[in-house]
Amino acid sequence: MSLFIVNILDGFVTGLLLFMLCSGLTLIFSMMGVLNFAHASFYMLGAYFAYQISMFTGFWVGLIVAPIIVGVMGALIERYGLRRVHQYGHVPELIFTFGLALLIEEFVQFFWGRQQVPYNPPAALDFTAFAIAGNTFPAYKVFMIFMAIGLFLVLLYILTKTRIGMTIQAALSYPETVQNLGHNVPMVFMGVFGVGTAMAGLAGVIAGPVMGTFPGMAFTLGAIVFVCIVVGGLGSLWGALVASLLIGWIQTFAASYNLRMEDLLIWLGFEKPMLIWESPWQDLWTLTLPQVGPILPYLLMVIVLVLRPQGLFGKRET
Amino acid sequence: MKSLKKFALGMAVAGLSATAVAAENVKIAFIDPLSGAFAATGTNGLHQFRFAADELVNENGGVLDGQMFEMVAFDNKTSPKESLTQLQVAIDQGIRYVVQGNGSGVAHALTDAINKHNRRNPDDQLLFLNYSAVDPALTNEECNFWHFRFDAHADIKMDVLTDTIAENEDIEKVYIIGQDYSFGKAVASAAVRMLAEKRPDIEIVGNELHPIGSVQDFTPYARKIVSSGADAMITGNWGSDMLGIGKAAIENGFSGPVYTYYGAADGITAAFGETGVGSLKLVAEGGNNPPSKPEAQEYIRAFKDKYPDGNISQARITNVIQMLAMAIDEAGTATDVVKVAEALEGMEFTDSLWSDNPLVMRADDHQLIQEVHILGHVPVEAPFDFDNSGYGMQYENSVVAAGEDLPMSCEMDRP
Repeated sequence: MSLFIVNILDGFVTGLLLFMLCSGLTLIFSMMGVLNFAHASFYMLGAYFAYQISMFTGFWVGLIVAPIIVGVMGALIERYGLRRVHQYGHVPELIFTFGLALLIEEFVQFFWGRQQVPYNPPAALDFTAFAIAGNTFPAYKVFMIFMAIGLFLVLLYILTKTRIGMTIQAALSYPETVQNLGHNVPMVFMGVFGVGTAMAGLAGVIAGPVMGTFPGMAFTLGAIVFVCIVVGGLGSLWGALVASLLIGWIQTFAASYNLRMEDLLIWLGFEKPMLIWESPWQDLWTLTLPQVGPILPYLLMVIVLVLRPQGLFGKRET
Repeated sequence: MKSLKKFALGMAVAGLSATAVAAENVKIAFIDPLSGAFAATGTNGLHQFRFAADELVNENGGVLDGQMFEMVAFDNKTSPKESLTQLQVAIDQGIRYVVQGNGSGVAHALTDAINKHNRRNPDDQLLFLNYSAVDPALTNEECNFWHFRFDAHADIKMDVLTDTIAENEDIEKVYIIGQDYSFGKAVASAAVRMLAEKRPDIEIVGNELHPIGSVQDFTPYARKIVSSGADAMITGNWGSDMLGIGKAAIENGFSGPVYTYYGAADGITAAFGETGVGSLKLVAEGGNNPPSKPEAQEYIRAFKDKYPDGNISQARITNVIQMLAMAIDEAGTATDVVKVAEALEGMEFTDSLWSDNPLVMRADDHQLIQEVHILGHVPVEAPFDFDNSGYGMQYENSVVAAGEDLPMSCEMDRP
């Protein structure tokens, strides 16, 4: 039972972290109409910038400055890159973001090398917050939870309660109408892209010390982020939150419990072959839940797409 | 990446034209990743080879009557297929010595190709000096006369590791975790088998494989390890998977020793930092940080002057270079590799920078029998630390002539 509670908490942290990426991406997705393949690369840039800054000034300055740098970079890329490509249609945009992702990975390897960099939690948070039956919970993870929840509340408030938020939401759905009403829609898009990438950067800053800061970090997270926004529904903040938490818990619990295919097959009435190592089905019989864990989010995506193509909270079909 | 390959080829071509002038250089092909995910490890290995060849052979007048060692780099991108292409290029250049280490898959492809080539071309034979690929099969079922291994293979390391665990009465429960592929499985089965022999009372509380290179967060695995009540854990993980599982376990409350095959250098020592002290252990051959011999300390200082970001992380590389030089001198030829191989067979090497005990190249299977250590992660003064991090590895337990009495299944055909 205590392990169950610890897993709930761990999955919560993973889910919230995913949410920080998905929330920005889902807004950008509904705005551009295509996937931004480079989104997770901004997450990586955030971690590396924060690492570099923390070498000189400590963790806390990096926490604030790194996301701002990433956000400004994102805004400039939208203004001088994506916007020009946009007029040629969706496919060039897609290719542009794909190329950008590769470019950022090479950029990171060029400056910081291919090895993991020693980016660590700040000393002030380097202690055990509490322990449940021997399983310690680092204070840094508590900090991550508060950061992510804070970000969610701020975003929710801006998007639903302020004039800027309403303009953004309107511009996402009916850009021409909003343009005709006198709003600067390209400016709104640039702002959304900048803030979205800044949030990805912030996610990188706080995830880097826990998940490791290395050139492959964007790749390992990139695909999952897309699953998140498809499952949650495009453009929906609540959808992004629910889908992120769901995937966080799925991944954590799948890795935590060694359920065996063998037990399931026997329960279903199959007979285990005597010489399992010579049976053609040995791979199936020896499968465990942690081994299939990584594909479960994709399975979830397929099921959601079949049953509810607009996603759990989505309002329109794409 | 492409340019790196071109660079390597360019170097090779430059080497070719140089031979026209000084026809004496003994060329050694270095076939390992210089681009792609493992480029950092490969490049650091190449630097260690170049430095060893210059410092330990060429500075002392070379081999025979003044022939110099020359490393020729080939980028194989850690791919067996690409390695064979590069091997062919090396053969076409008349190179007779091949060194490789990163990846047993590559080593299998190379040893097989070299064996066939040597049978078909008796006038143009090569030797394969394997400095890091640790699949036991390479010196057992798959052994051949042309292959020599300078690292201790995976079963030898596991033998030393399980000896250490067996001596520690506090360890009653062990958790084994590894990457889900052939090497991870080999480590796990060797651990289970040897622990059962040496300490039948030890309970294996977990034995699992995780997807290789795709786990973002190792926390759930760490929770299982902590909850299992394990006193020690064993992992054959490398790269970011090594760092991920080790750090997650320690940060989430695991306090016992974490026995690893690859838990040092290449950024891992730096990333563990203070966290790894008292927990992180490594089983390896090679030197202490700092090494006991003054000339070894001097060697590391000189290396760090030349490559400030490098590590002497594969101590065996100097053994490869020195033993090859000795064998060539003893054989009196650098071109007749059968004679060189015969000189290497059974060679007792006493001048290793890192070891006070002699190293023996066992004639039966061409496996170097040497001292293997369990090392612990501790603060170490520069320049003897890894990754310039202020941390390094120090001996905790040593086994002389490790693995000497392990069963061996090599049946070698000799020319």
